[in-house]
Amino acid sequence: MDSITLIGVASVVTAGITMAIGSIGPAFSEARAIVSALNAIAQQPDAASTITRTLFVGLAMIESMAIYCFVVSMILIFANPFWNFVIEKVTGN
Amino acid sequence: MRITPDDEIFFQYGFVKINLTIVTTWAIMAILVLGSYLITRRLSTGRKISRWQNILEIIVINIKEQLQEAGLHRAERYLSFLGTLFVFLVFSNVLTVFPAFLYEPPTSSLSTTAALAISVFFAVPFFNIMEYGFFTYLKSYIKPIFIMLPFHIISEFSRTLALAVRLFGNMMSGTMILGILLTITPLFFPDVMIAFGLLTGTVQAYIFTVLATVFIGAAAHE
Repeated sequence: MDSITLIGVASVVTAGITMAIGSIGPAFSEARAIVSALNAIAQQPDAASTITRTLFVGLAMIESMAIYCFVVSMILIFANPFWNFVIEKVTGN
Repeated sequence: MRITPDDEIFFQYGFVKINLTIVTTWAIMAILVLGSYLITRRLSTGRKISRWQNILEIIVINIKEQLQEAGLHRAERYLSFLGTLFVFLVFSNVLTVFPAFLYEPPTSSLSTTAALAISVFFAVPFFNIMEYGFFTYLKSYIKPIFIMLPFHIISEFSRTLALAVRLFGNMMSGTMILGILLTITPLFFPDVMIAFGLLTGTVQAYIFTVLATVFIGAAAHE
C-alpha cells in the first residue's frame, strides 16, 4: 500500500475506534450518576432542584470526556494534518 | 465540510483576516453593549421600573447569587468579569435557534474558546492578588507541601486546555451533527437536535462560568 491509502485507512479506522471506546466510559459513568441522583431524589424530593442542578453540571463534565474523543475523531476525518501533509508532498505545492 | 467558522474568510489583508467567527463575535458584543446601554440609560429606583430594567435586574441578581453559592463571598468584585462571560456565552449559544446559514456560534471555533479560557487563566492570579496580596497567592502554590508545586503548575495549564476544548467540542459537535443529520433525515429530526443543542449550550455556558468561579475562588482560599 502506498502512504496515502495507509494514512486514509489508519485515520478512518482510528476515528471509529476512538468513538467506540471513548463513549463506553462516559456512558457507564453517566448511567451511574443518574441512578444515584434518582435515588437521592426518591429519598429527598425536597432537594430535587439542587440535585438536578448538580446532576446537570456533573453530566456535562462527564460528557466532555466523550466530546474530547469526538473532537479527535472529527479532526482525523475532516481536518487530518497527516493527510494534508502527504497530499502536499505528492502534489508538490 | 469545515469544522470551524474560522475557515470562512470574508476579507484578507496580509495576515489580518476577517472571518465569520470575528464577525459574529463582534455582532454579539455590539448587541449586548448596545442593549445594556439602552436599558441602563434610564434606570429608576422607584416602585415603577421598566420591563427591560426588570429583566436586567433578574439576570444580574441571579448571577450574583450563583457566584455566592459557588463560594465567592464578595461576588460584586467578580460580577463584571464572570457575568460578562456568562451572558456572552449564553447569548452566543442560544442564538443557534437561527438556522445554520444565518448564524454559526463563535464558540464552535477553538480560537474563541481558547481566548476565553486564556482570559480565565489570567483572571485567576489577577483577582487573587487583588484580594489576598502577591505573596499569599504565591504561597497557594506550595500548599499543602512544596512537593505539590509542579502539580499545581501543570494543573493551571491542563485545566485551561480542558476548559477551552470542552466548550469548543460541545458547540462544534452540535453544529457538526446538525450538518450530518441534514443530509440523512432532512426535515424534522434536525429540529429536535437544535432544541437539544439549546440545552447543551446553556448548560455549557453555565459550566464554563462555574468552573471559572471555582478556579478563582479555590486558588488562595483560606
